[in-house]
Amino acid sequence: MFKSITLGQYYPSDSILHKLDPRVKVIATFGYIISLFLINNFTGYIIAGAFLAVCVGLSKVPLRFILNGMKGILFLLLITVIFNLFLTPGTPVFRFWKLQITMEGIVFASKMAIRLIFLIICSTLMTLTTTPNQLTDALESIGRPLTVLHVPVHEVAMMMSIALRFIPILAEETDKIEKAQMARGADFESGGLIQKIKAMVPLLVPLFISAFRRANDLAMAMEARCYRGGDGRTKMKPLVYEKRDAAAYTIFLAFLAVIIVLRFVPAGRMI
Amino acid sequence: MGLLIDNITYIYNEGSVMATNAIDGVTCEIPDGQFIGLIGHTGSGKSTLVQTMNGLLRPSSGKILYNGEDIWGENYDRRKLRAEVGLVFQYPEHQLFEADVLTDVKFGPKNLGLSQEEQERRAKKALELVGMGEEYYEVSPFELSGGQKRRAAIAGVLAMEPKIMILDEPTAGLDPKGRDEILGLVSDMHTKLHMTIVLVSHSMDDVAKYVERIIVMNNAKIMLDGTPREVFRHGEELENVGLSEPQVVYICQYLKQRGMNIPTEVLTVDEAAQAILKAAGKKESENSGV
Repeated sequence: MFKSITLGQYYPSDSILHKLDPRVKVIATFGYIISLFLINNFTGYIIAGAFLAVCVGLSKVPLRFILNGMKGILFLLLITVIFNLFLTPGTPVFRFWKLQITMEGIVFASKMAIRLIFLIICSTLMTLTTTPNQLTDALESIGRPLTVLHVPVHEVAMMMSIALRFIPILAEETDKIEKAQMARGADFESGGLIQKIKAMVPLLVPLFISAFRRANDLAMAMEARCYRGGDGRTKMKPLVYEKRDAAAYTIFLAFLAVIIVLRFVPAGRMI
Repeated sequence: MGLLIDNITYIYNEGSVMATNAIDGVTCEIPDGQFIGLIGHTGSGKSTLVQTMNGLLRPSSGKILYNGEDIWGENYDRRKLRAEVGLVFQYPEHQLFEADVLTDVKFGPKNLGLSQEEQERRAKKALELVGMGEEYYEVSPFELSGGQKRRAAIAGVLAMEPKIMILDEPTAGLDPKGRDEILGLVSDMHTKLHMTIVLVSHSMDDVAKYVERIIVMNNAKIMLDGTPREVFRHGEELENVGLSEPQVVYICQYLKQRGMNIPTEVLTVDEAAQAILKAAGKKESENSGV
């Protein structure tokens, strides 16, 4: 039932993008998404698209893995495009019954589509090149200033990594319990909705109990090793910026600068 | 008739880069009434093999026949098969979910569509077999001790009154007393209820005492298949794949090396004791003769 579950769709490789400090990737992804909303002309989108294409090329991740991420938003994308296409007022280009397509609609819809596609590709690229653990480490490190405001950054990060760690374990457990109940004649497939929900009880009760048991065991094991939260805690693999990370930041800032110039310097004043 | 496993292969993650053969061309027969020990190292494919036996996993290739019928044939009722071929998973106590023991044990018979009275009768009988009397009927299964939970869970499968009972490492994680109780119970199922038993284990000591036949699995294949004595003749091969013979065999081998005239083909502690006494007695009489 849960066999197909994969989280943190990490694609192992030894590309430069994989080696980058995860903080660089998180910040750059965030910055890139913001830049997508700054851009207001097609020159900008071409530059942003080229930048993304270079990153995808550098990542050594097969294109089909990246496009796989698009499947999930295909429906959303379609709706966005159709609504923008038909409901934007302006100069009509095409009229059919009560529906009309305007010039502004076409421009706006294609901008929205490009934004969404780039947004998904860049975040997919990040999760494909960063392990869930690296991602949590990066978030913890980036969020550290918030501790001043009493935000429990370390605790949240710890919860995130534990949750991520336990997803495959619980998926396996579910599979096991499901089989054990099927061996006792349980039927998870037939029947109407109500019956199907009822059939889940023999699956969910043991699953919850096992989750609590594991949580207890883990808490005990952590206490036994004197876990006291984040204060003064060191890491086995601390995040350290290297030269390539500085280079990556520089390149990204240059990209951002170009986008900002394009946005705020009127086209007429440019050469 | 029993179960016939005909050249089956099972591949995990078929079609992806991570494809692994968990079972590779396994053929064996499980005739009615036999008590079989299925032994193998962790990851040898034994757990996968038993899950194919009651149709929980579909082999990637090959056939499984129960009483001559292909269990993956069209219109074959695999739920009925699961009532005939009972499978007790590892740590079966993790499957308990009802509010009281009796209701939990009734879950299997209920799924078979039996009448209330029949469900009740079977559940009570199964609980009696595992040594849990009336005082446990109303108890929450989560309040039982580890050994009791396991027995209640085994009763849950027994209550379906299967003809073949497969137990996957039923003694894992139990103390010696609990282990002996469970093994005694399994032995009772064979002798008193005349069930066909497949006992999965990685411990030779566990199975040597009870079984008539041992199947040794290694690397997704059947390595040895025969009576315990036949199998233990391949002591070195067993050790090469990380399995050991029963401890008493080692004792006898050691004594033999030290010059005692003693057979090494012993299976149980009792047999070993007999053999040692006999050998020692002879020696003494020889000594006295000189």
